Amino acid sequence: MASASVSAFTSAFEYAPAPESRSVVDIAPSYGLFIDGEFVEAADGRVFKTVSPSTEEVLSEVAQAGEADVERAVKAARKAFEKWSALPGSERAKYLFRIARIIQERSRELAVLETLDNGKPIKETRDADLPLVAAHFFYYAGWADKLGHAGFGANPRPLGVAGQVIPWNFPLLMLAWKIAPALATGNTVVLKPAETTPLSALFFADICRQAGLPKGVVNILPGYGDTGAALVAHPDVNKVAFTGSTAVGKAIARTVAGTRKKVTLELGGKGANIVFDDAPIDQAVEGIVTGIFFNQGQVCCAGSRLLVQESIQDELLDSLKRRLSTLRLGDPLDKNTDIGAINSAEQLSRITSLVEAGEAEGAERWSPACELPSAGYWFAPTLFTNVTQAHTIARDEIFGPVLSVLTFRTPDEAVAKANNTQYGLSAGIWTEKGSRILAVANKLRAGVVWSNTFNKFDPTSPFGGYKESGFGREGGRHGLEAYLDV
Amino acid sequence: MSDAKVDTRPDTRSDARLSVFKTYKLYVGGKFPRSESGRVYEVSDAKGNWLANAPLSSRKDARDAVVAARKAFGGWAGATAYNRGQILYRVAEMLEGRREQFVREVAEAEGLSKSKATAQVDAAIDRWVWYAGWTDKIAQVVGGGNPVAGPYFNLSSPEPTGVVVVLAPQESSFLGLVSVLAPVIATGNTAIVIASEKSPLPALSLGEVLATSDVPGGVVNILSGRTAEISPSLAAHQDVNAIDLAGAGADDGLAKELEVAAADNLKRVLRPQTVDNAQWFATPGTERMTAFLETKTVWHPTGSLGASGSSY
Repeated sequence: MASASVSAFTSAFEYAPAPESRSVVDIAPSYGLFIDGEFVEAADGRVFKTVSPSTEEVLSEVAQAGEADVERAVKAARKAFEKWSALPGSERAKYLFRIARIIQERSRELAVLETLDNGKPIKETRDADLPLVAAHFFYYAGWADKLGHAGFGANPRPLGVAGQVIPWNFPLLMLAWKIAPALATGNTVVLKPAETTPLSALFFADICRQAGLPKGVVNILPGYGDTGAALVAHPDVNKVAFTGSTAVGKAIARTVAGTRKKVTLELGGKGANIVFDDAPIDQAVEGIVTGIFFNQGQVCCAGSRLLVQESIQDELLDSLKRRLSTLRLGDPLDKNTDIGAINSAEQLSRITSLVEAGEAEGAERWSPACELPSAGYWFAPTLFTNVTQAHTIARDEIFGPVLSVLTFRTPDEAVAKANNTQYGLSAGIWTEKGSRILAVANKLRAGVVWSNTFNKFDPTSPFGGYKESGFGREGGRHGLEAYLDV
Repeated sequence: MSDAKVDTRPDTRSDARLSVFKTYKLYVGGKFPRSESGRVYEVSDAKGNWLANAPLSSRKDARDAVVAARKAFGGWAGATAYNRGQILYRVAEMLEGRREQFVREVAEAEGLSKSKATAQVDAAIDRWVWYAGWTDKIAQVVGGGNPVAGPYFNLSSPEPTGVVVVLAPQESSFLGLVSVLAPVIATGNTAIVIASEKSPLPALSLGEVLATSDVPGGVVNILSGRTAEISPSLAAHQDVNAIDLAGAGADDGLAKELEVAAADNLKRVLRPQTVDNAQWFATPGTERMTAFLETKTVWHPTGSLGASGSSY
């Protein structure tokens, strides 16, 4: 009666609510665009609302950038480029260093803000997102005055104005990944945050003000896809950086065809997490949970396809289901919450329809007993067994807390199944055998391979995909290349 | 009499004997097929004199080349870097032995004097040597350990991206060709080359050298014909991973069309660069190698041998 004893155990140790205070963050009722060091209204006066996904409460009203605003922002960035790129690297380094320190100082405020606007648990914004955001600025601050040592020649030159479009899953972290290397290398920036999560980028504008960053070096244009498209297509943008869906990535690649713009794309994934029969089961279960339920599975490198060696399937699935039953879903501001809200109603319906397709195609659906809050956008952690490679849920990126379980018998079969995807972003390997890790890692067509761990990030470590997961790398020395004329 | 006026071709009007013409063929999958279309086109020297009939490749030839390149990829990418270096050195050796032939072909193709053609061929041979030396060094130069803030071993290594289509430069029929082909295969990719449309003969002869240099069949596939006819289907091919648009340089419309097609499966695109012929003599950088490399980063926990640290 394992399940009975587990439930007796969990009920005896129920957590009391431990909400983080909202008072550390002061959200204004409305925000403008940030162009040339000023908050301004959109040229055509359009605005949109941003809501908290966990409550559907309207947090603020934000100006929506249109083509005229893109024009203004690119012009400001172009003007600022002249002086910014001419600054000695050691001076640019200190601006980045200032920004990094201010982010550290304001990290609690930013963590709460990000949780409110995105719906992800405070545990993750506080312990993963914000420390990494600061670390990225520190890391690239250190490169700004050492570019001659980066391996791209003695005097690598910046490209000019960088047009950057980022997604809603890690709003501030993606901003850091884009802005830190761009500024370190002497480029200026026009960045479009996602329409569902514009707030932390606008707070970042305030950090630029506090840091005394010259006007026009960073410009922030909240808006929808059309704003991003206008930015990418702008003839005076020299560099395009995008993180988001593969479909939009392809559209961007078509837009820049025939131009001289440099492009990096960080797109979708369908990561395989491969568990061999000699893997430490408890650690593997933790890694599987981190792999697919971190950030509600809204992670491009999520380990959304679990490949289990057939001989341990039952043992592993029992263990995994037991572990999933202990995950706590609910108020993202509660420090004990593991699973927060799905970012938007639109995303929730996308997840829902893919999961329905999984059921319709005959895969077996399982979720732990899990009460969903009445307001907000929620999806219970979900597991599919009886999945084949032909199933939609094994092929399409779901971008939600949904894990598909497939099995294999031999390492060759594991590799073949892992690589049987249009994507090539991430993969995981769980085994105690070192030579097997190296042999399998070698054969996987993926940009990041986590062995006996999953979803680890670091500013010094390059990140990016093979195949239709995009091109270019962000982070590390490699991440500089995207912003240099090399 | 200047070099330019020396006709180095075998004398076809000798009373003693009639020389043998050469049928130029494609090089696909280690074999020398004619175009499946059965078509040829006339290749002339700089003065318009007939040199040979070259195969006019079809889209089907291009697709066959992709199949051959894909088949060869695993073995070539999986070969040791040392082994790839040995084979590239061997290409240089074989070329050295057939230097006179290539000097003649390049002189005819590009209308160069013998001395200028010799300089081109010599530079091309040296370029194979240069890239041969890179095979076992590029990983050290562009990869390495990353000092992450945590107890993890974290290593980034370059890997070949896969099957690469190379539009060879139109003007520099041999030095330009080698300069764009060698970096692609040095790092473990396999290649489909569309030779210079006007001057394809040195490229087709290079196939014969590669075939006798231990380069596995399918690693390099050489097509001749109309660049604008063959390249669109390759740019759109779902099993091609990257495309080098060097040979589309003068044709902006074609380059754009190919880039749009390449977006369908997000091929890596090396855009057309403005390279004048003299620039091919310069020592290259690493860009033509890194353009067709992926970076794979592997993480592993290092474990913790006690929190107090070691005592030495």
